Amino acid sequence: MPTDASPPLRTRIRPYLLIAPTLVGAAYLLLYPVARNLVISVQHFRMAELIRGGAPFVGFDNYTTLLTDPKFWTVTLRTLGWTALNTVLITGLGTLVALMLVRLGRRMRLAVMSALVLVWATPVIAATTVFQWLFQSRFGVVNWALDQLGLHGYHDYAWFAHSGATFTVLVLLVVWQSVPFAALTLYGGLTTIPAELYESARIDGAGAWQTFRLVTVPVLRPLFALVTSLEVIWTFKCFAQIWVVSQGGPNGATTTLPVYAFQIAQNLHKYDLGSAASTLTVLILLAALVTTLRRMHRQEGAEA
Amino acid sequence: MNLPSTRALPSTRTPLAPRTPLAPRRLRRLPLNLAALAVLVTAAFPVYWMVATAFKPTAEIQSATPTFLPLHPTLDHFSTAIHAPGFGGYWRNSLLVTLGAVLLSLLVALLAAYAVGRLRWRGRRAFLLLVFTAQMAPWEALLIPMYVIARDTDMLDSLSMLTLVYFMTTLPFTIVTLRGFLAAVPAELEEAAQVDGCTRAAAFRRITLPLLAPGLLATSLFGFITAWNEFAFANTLIIKNQDARTLPVWLSSFANVFGTDWGATMAAATLFMLPVLLVFLFLQNKVTTGMTAGAVKG
Repeated sequence: MPTDASPPLRTRIRPYLLIAPTLVGAAYLLLYPVARNLVISVQHFRMAELIRGGAPFVGFDNYTTLLTDPKFWTVTLRTLGWTALNTVLITGLGTLVALMLVRLGRRMRLAVMSALVLVWATPVIAATTVFQWLFQSRFGVVNWALDQLGLHGYHDYAWFAHSGATFTVLVLLVVWQSVPFAALTLYGGLTTIPAELYESARIDGAGAWQTFRLVTVPVLRPLFALVTSLEVIWTFKCFAQIWVVSQGGPNGATTTLPVYAFQIAQNLHKYDLGSAASTLTVLILLAALVTTLRRMHRQEGAEA
Repeated sequence: MNLPSTRALPSTRTPLAPRTPLAPRRLRRLPLNLAALAVLVTAAFPVYWMVATAFKPTAEIQSATPTFLPLHPTLDHFSTAIHAPGFGGYWRNSLLVTLGAVLLSLLVALLAAYAVGRLRWRGRRAFLLLVFTAQMAPWEALLIPMYVIARDTDMLDSLSMLTLVYFMTTLPFTIVTLRGFLAAVPAELEEAAQVDGCTRAAAFRRITLPLLAPGLLATSLFGFITAWNEFAFANTLIIKNQDARTLPVWLSSFANVFGTDWGATMAAATLFMLPVLLVFLFLQNKVTTGMTAGAVKG
């Protein structure tokens, strides 16, 4: 490119100087850990190797160990179920709340939106702690309310001692935390749809469901895709809530892949197996999102 | 939708409403408003319950019938939380790590956003793709290598390692958002200043930076929340030196800290939430103006 030779060197290298700090940061704090993770996953890397160093390579032994362990498959299936359930609930409820918001009067809408923002601003650990208190067995308000409603079986019910109940509380917690983002984003999208589209649909005699299916959904499709894939990533990787509430228990009933990887690494000091589990976690997540990711990259590529 | 339906179909509807005009409309809206009320209560109740519990005397907390308003409000639980061992230190740690990470990431991202938004260069598209990919990085999957790296470089139990990790987790998002905000500031303004004799850097500092302020604030809000909340890395990288722990880890171990003192736990959670809430309230205006500017221009 002959024209490139004309500007002074200073001008030509300026962009690269500006992005240098980002590249250095990404190399040390993202690419190196990723590479290190891959290396550890093909080594025999336990407590002794962590202290002494010099871990021997064992090929794909760690992956074989994991993939032949029935527990790994139970955890994987549970993680997929956990992700699907949460994502469906969050996107569904988020859509309903967004549709409700556009129909509300100004004051009521402001009140609901403020409450949603309040939830959004609640730190994860604070929310997790509050849910533990809400579902506390003796003085928890949920047990009291269920008891008042005539469900006397819930008097002093120990939610965190039963696997199904713990799982339910965790789903409620994650859904409660995530609906505000989905609802507010989709509401923002709904307000951009021109009223004429709805008017003409009405004139053509479309009912509420038809209008939603034929007008709202097509216009909001990119936004739905964005919200859904973000929620998939978010719930799939969800760690803090599960770890603080149950540490994967009781009896492993709430162990998802991130929790599983953490348990075998930190509690059992099998860093090699933990790294292999992390790698597999990422691969499964990528496989689940591959179409969305490709579409996003195409769009950004076109834009850039 | 709030459609002017009567205008669209004047003949079939009853625009002049011969009978009571308001009552049927109110009645029709009743289920909608009831649903809104249900959403409002469901969303707000857990937060309300946290704050209410924090103000209740222990006898009221441990009663068979819960009281929905604190009958005898007390500040005892806040005092317990504040006087808990290490409380001040954990606050300091959390603030240091959060502010350090946010400032570092704003600075580095500003440089990168300028390069991407204002300059043409080879590899720009590849760099952007790298940033977008990094935004989806599986951070939780990197707990083990990060631990090993921190251990190898003698950075275990140090707040600087935590700051660096949070800097990197918030950086891609910060670059993408700042690039959007920068696009909303016309490049012509900078060029005009350069024509008037400013250097490129001075033109940016004097013209663009002040206009970018709402964007910087909005972006730092999200970085602040992410770093302030982070639990997994704080829980993994700080192990032996308990004095270097951050608030989320401390709060999550409340059972050991307060036993079954739910009043103190809820007071601590309320205090933990306070900075995020304040930042949110303080910045909300600027965030919305910034967002609108970005949306209109972008």
